[in-house]
Amino acid sequence: MSEFDILHQRAKCFYDSFERKAELQHQTHYCPGCGHGIAHKLIAQAIDELGIQDRTILVSPVGCSVFAYYYFDVGNVQVAHGRAPAVATAMKRALPHGVVLSYQGDGDLAAIGTAEILHAANRGEPITVFFLNNAIYGMTGGQMAPTTPLGEKTTTTPFGRNPWTEGYPLHVSEVLSSLEAPVYIERVALGNNKMIQQAAKAVRKAIANQVQGLGFSLVEILSPCPTIWKMEPADAQKWVREELTKVYPLGVFRDKTKEAQPRPAPVPAPSLDELPKIFSAKEGRPPALAPAAPCRRTVDLRVKVAGFGGQGVLMLGQVLAEAGLDAGLEVSWLPSYGPEMRSGTSHCHVRLSNHEIDSPLVSRPNVLMAMNEPSLRKFLPAVEPGGWIFYNGTSLPEGAMRTDVTFIVQPFIALADRIGDTRAGNMVMLGAMLEATGLLESEWVASALARLSKSERWLDLNRRAIEFGREVIHREVSI
Amino acid sequence: MPKQLIKGNEAVVRGAILAGCRAFYAYPITPASEISEAAAYYMPQAGGAFLQAESETAAVNMLYGAASAGVRCMTSSSGPGISLMQEGISYLAGSELPCVIADIMRGGPGLGNIAPEQGDYMQVVKGGGHGCYHTLVLAPDSVQEMCDLTTLAFELADQYRNPVFVLADSFIGQMMEPVEFPERAILPPPPSWAVRATAETRKNLITSIYLDPDALERHVRKLAAKYERAEAEVVRFEQVETGDADLVLVGYGIAARILKAVVRLARAEGLRVGLMRPITLYPFPKEQIGDLARTASAFLAVELSTGKMVEDVRLAVNGRKPVEFYGRAGGSVPSAEEVLGVIRNIAERYSLVRGQSPEVAHV
Ligand SMILES: Cc1ncc(C[n+]2csc(CCOP(=O)(O)OP(=O)(O)O)c2C)c(N)n1
Ligand code: SF4
Repeated sequence: MSEFDILHQRAKCFYDSFERKAELQHQTHYCPGCGHGIAHKLIAQAIDELGIQDRTILVSPVGCSVFAYYYFDVGNVQVAHGRAPAVATAMKRALPHGVVLSYQGDGDLAAIGTAEILHAANRGEPITVFFLNNAIYGMTGGQMAPTTPLGEKTTTTPFGRNPWTEGYPLHVSEVLSSLEAPVYIERVALGNNKMIQQAAKAVRKAIANQVQGLGFSLVEILSPCPTIWKMEPADAQKWVREELTKVYPLGVFRDKTKEAQPRPAPVPAPSLDELPKIFSAKEGRPPALAPAAPCRRTVDLRVKVAGFGGQGVLMLGQVLAEAGLDAGLEVSWLPSYGPEMRSGTSHCHVRLSNHEIDSPLVSRPNVLMAMNEPSLRKFLPAVEPGGWIFYNGTSLPEGAMRTDVTFIVQPFIALADRIGDTRAGNMVMLGAMLEATGLLESEWVASALARLSKSERWLDLNRRAIEFGREVIHREVSI
Repeated sequence: MPKQLIKGNEAVVRGAILAGCRAFYAYPITPASEISEAAAYYMPQAGGAFLQAESETAAVNMLYGAASAGVRCMTSSSGPGISLMQEGISYLAGSELPCVIADIMRGGPGLGNIAPEQGDYMQVVKGGGHGCYHTLVLAPDSVQEMCDLTTLAFELADQYRNPVFVLADSFIGQMMEPVEFPERAILPPPPSWAVRATAETRKNLITSIYLDPDALERHVRKLAAKYERAEAEVVRFEQVETGDADLVLVGYGIAARILKAVVRLARAEGLRVGLMRPITLYPFPKEQIGDLARTASAFLAVELSTGKMVEDVRLAVNGRKPVEFYGRAGGSVPSAEEVLGVIRNIAERYSLVRGQSPEVAHV
């Protein structure tokens, strides 16, 4: 094959006429001597050779190559500036049999899209990236790129690129080669026919890697932009060959093609009939029991549980809500999300009712379960007259008194020591509350506990704590 | 199937998977992270893709990729992350790609806090990205709706080839309520326009660029016609005791739940108060609110913000009746009693009739 065949034979996976283009459908929109045109041909030829036209998806960027889909007769997706590797990631994961190519300029990949390319490479996404480095922003009319050589004048570096203010040319291939995952990274140039032949090999290899199921491959292509550089095409090519390659040395930076392993196939999906089962398996929790005998009493329980983080406030509320559900009641549980979180206190709102629950927020509780003094002081005024207050303490603190509510004051947490673990203090308090209010039958509470306890040991402890709490009410007299 | 007590954020994921979602891409942020965490657990078991993206910008572009491949896909985030996604959402709408975005709102602006707020209304409902597009927006007020409206969101996204938001707040996301999930899972076939790396789909092109002004105008008008269709077909709302209401409360999400309690309290005082809860925020139930403006004397919009949805209420009422506003922000949530105080004041100012209302009996 002569060098000129590479440049002048139309690849099969190019459209015969560019009908997606509004005018001049026989020629490309690229300027004469532009590297994009050459790179397109190399990619198209590789697609032909590998026989993957139907399987190929080309993800095109924002930049002069935004219209790559005018030419490539493959699946085409045009995306936002810099984001092609993110789009390609998801396409490849959705369609593992596809051959997903990301084609990006140096503004697109090396400036606005640095995060996306770095992370796609670092995850070893099995995609192929073509990185056209022409050291300038072509499409927008010649602004500096992160790849612009030092001293070069551009429209946004009118005095030449100054390292003190614009930093240094970014060496993408070198940066990405410092990562573990990439399989293949090579920098080539479109500086003369010989270089183009080498580029053709690299392009083919980068795509072939993906066809074999190997990981991330990237080819950086130093590419002429005669228009913005204000050079004749031949001079532009010479500049690539003689100047740009000095800043960006050519070569293979990474090649693990031989030892790389294909990404393991994901677990096969369950059938649609089986699918809902994945939800019941979580943490081995048994599914909710159907209410044995629905609760017949009129219930409108509005509970506020409050205390320090770690006292089991949220868990207490959850057991109550789960038990209410088993009793056939409407229930809601809402954890606090407020400034209190910072100071290490927490509270939750629990409602149990025969009727549909309007607001899950409890602003007027008829039961307050306060595990510490600040909680008692904070929520005491809101308790509805006739309500119950369970307070974890030996006596009511000064000034925290009301005569229109019932107080149950016990050192619930300290009492839990008697059954072996103060961490079950919340359940002792719950037991006392259930007994005092006569609210829920033991069986409902037991099944809720079974679902919510972390382990058998905890289940046993929690059960005993609730029973103990029920007894406490009768044994010791409250204020 | 018995009801299960479950958190709103987890209900979203279960609903999504049962509705055929097989790709989930997101970046962690409180109070939405539990959605990612649940997706990380369930999605691989369902044979779908889960990936914690490097940013919300990447996540939304991953949706662009998954949607281009014809896969039902979703992400979740909260205020700051949604702000970052806006460019991508504009591209998704421009390229007519379906996807579902759950926004579990937190306090803002800036870093704000992680408490519930409804401050994302404008950026979500009005379309925070560039160009002439809309997103459809569903606002659940219960955990059951977190599941049901997520399912609906996937249907609408496909039907209109457009991003659809599930807009909730950290209360709806964190709270637990009993939920009944659909018994059957569905998995619709990929749409014919998708790019699927096959011979049949090779001709397909996903793009949002139309260089020629006439071509872009045609495209934008096509989108506009689609939104007009959605306005005629998709509007959803719930009304509570609005039939004889003098004062109509308007609120969505957790605010609406509080307002349901307020209606009960106000009725108990003999005030004829009702609630209009928009379930779709775009399209907004403007006709229905317009109808209410004929019978009601005044409106009161209540939000966890300094007043955003109220603008849509005012547009719908169109000056026919006064529209008052009451809001709390920063993570403070109005209590039912607090709103009742506002209502008493309004009742006085507008001389609303007090009378014993029969509804009181069952409370
Ligand atoms: C978010 C965003 N910012 C800026 C632009 C404008 N823009 C379009 S192309 C481009 C740079 C293109 O340069 P490069 O990636 O090097 O491609 P080239 O045109 O040189 O091939 C810029 C800044 C945009 N489209 N989107
Ligand atoms: S401006 Fe440069 S990069 Fe763009 S088409 Fe012309 S030569 Fe190619």
